[in-house]
Amino acid sequence: METYTAMRHFADSWGLLAMALFFIGAVVFVYRPGGRKQADQAARIPLEDD
Amino acid sequence: MRYGPEIVAVGFFAFLALLGTAFGVDHAFRQHMAVLAFVLTASLVVLLRRTSFEPAAPVDPNAYLDEPIRYGSIATMFWGVVGLLVGVVVALQLAFPDFNIEPWFNFGRMRPLHTSAVIFAFGGNALIATSFYVVQRTSRARLFGGNLAWFVFWGYQLFIVMAATGYLLGITEGREYAEPEWYVDLWLTIVWVAYLLVFLGTILKRREPHIYVANWFYLAFIVTIAMLHVVNNLSMPVSLLGSHSYSAFSGVQDALTQWWYGHNAVGFFLTAGFLGMMYYFVPKQANRPVYSYRLSIIHFWALIFLYIWAGPHHLHYTALPDWAQTLGMVFSIMLWMPSWGGMINGLMTLSGAWDKLRTDPIIRMMVAAIAFYGMSTFEGPMMSIKAVNSLSHYTDWTIGHVHSGALGWVGLISFAAIYHMVPKLWGRERLYSIRMVSWHFWLAMLGIVVYAAVMWVSGIMQGLMWREYDEQGFLVYSFAETVAAMHPYYVMRAIGGALYLAGALIMAFNIAMTILGHQRDEERIGGAMPTPQAAE
Repeated sequence: METYTAMRHFADSWGLLAMALFFIGAVVFVYRPGGRKQADQAARIPLEDD
Repeated sequence: MRYGPEIVAVGFFAFLALLGTAFGVDHAFRQHMAVLAFVLTASLVVLLRRTSFEPAAPVDPNAYLDEPIRYGSIATMFWGVVGLLVGVVVALQLAFPDFNIEPWFNFGRMRPLHTSAVIFAFGGNALIATSFYVVQRTSRARLFGGNLAWFVFWGYQLFIVMAATGYLLGITEGREYAEPEWYVDLWLTIVWVAYLLVFLGTILKRREPHIYVANWFYLAFIVTIAMLHVVNNLSMPVSLLGSHSYSAFSGVQDALTQWWYGHNAVGFFLTAGFLGMMYYFVPKQANRPVYSYRLSIIHFWALIFLYIWAGPHHLHYTALPDWAQTLGMVFSIMLWMPSWGGMINGLMTLSGAWDKLRTDPIIRMMVAAIAFYGMSTFEGPMMSIKAVNSLSHYTDWTIGHVHSGALGWVGLISFAAIYHMVPKLWGRERLYSIRMVSWHFWLAMLGIVVYAAVMWVSGIMQGLMWREYDEQGFLVYSFAETVAAMHPYYVMRAIGGALYLAGALIMAFNIAMTILGHQRDEERIGGAMPTPQAAE
């Protein structure tokens, strides 16, 4: 298979799946139980300096 | 010896530039090298006059390195005024062709000067300065790499000077927002890698366990711009002593590479970087944490995953395969969601503090910037829809859209960040004048509204005139007739730009007086504080 076709097939199969899973994973991680407290702490980082 | 290696390096490259002036194979290259030799020699003289043989003062490893940021703030202000001024000049050139002064100052050479000056000189300096400011304060660590931050600052200024003088001399690759030729591109690559090292190094040695979201946006901007810049500028120079090169791609691949770069310059330079600014300076100025930190993380990942695919919408109805055009359109429309999520997040940070809009013109400027971010990220996806694009493409509507994003979002958020930083960086209690910020705000708003509204009218008129057929199938208007019809709008556009420039000049004065340590005697916005009266 020529390189273009091979890369295209990879991009619209495994590549797409990997990116979609990563994104869903990121969303799930952010909204995991107990995530709010950590996020609220992180949000205060700029306000705690000078 | 102070500046020892710097003096040797600058002297060496000044000599090389002088050789380039003598042996360059084309006239433009010789002229450009003469400019470089002059700049480097002048820098060498300054370094030699400031050197000393005393042992260097010890550096406090815990103190923030703020001097390059001070220089960066001044450079942002300077290039901002220059870029806007050139913008007004090119607007006048379009309205009155007599302003085209051949050969150096005609529209073809002045237009990239304007776009590069506002995007890379003004926007780039604002991003570098604020990113250094933010990363130190949210990591609680001094900038990594010692004097490397200085190299980034001065190296970037050299890039700007070489790019700008190159355009005026007629040296160009003709690639949108990437006009500098191969040797200037190589220099920017070196500077950019140094920038990445400073930024990433500072994050790695942070004392704050969490990496604040603003730094994620800044880092995405730095990394992606490095990738875009390298790939888009892959080219073969005709001669190592010549000013011309040929792209590694040809035909439609080249077009797609250019717009993959071009649109991601919008997405990662003009959006991600300035969102980093928003996520730090809006909470700071409002003295409230960001509305939803978790939404900001989603905003980040969604923006990163979607933006990179949107470029093909610049090539609707061209030789680009149809599926690629549709892909670009679909991803552009999906971008509505992260963009509006980010806008809501920025605006809602003010919830419970909306009264500050009345008394703090810097907050007002930030809110207007975020509102323009929302408006232009609504307009953009709409224009990427093929049916809309068939009317808007190649017309002034596009120019109006770009300017509502650039003047409204990028300009205002950068101005607000500079207004916030400068008093802190120079240890002043407040700005020279708060009321002048208000003047700046209203002049800028008026300028943007005039500019954008005029370009909508002129762009849609232009698009409709181009596609107007009579009952026999002939085009009704010649191209020159559409140009003539746009004249009044071009004049009004120049007025809008001039209003925006006037606001920036007021800011430059205000910032200069703040740096010099003056305070204008003026009444507080929102009336004087009521003085407590003793009870009878």
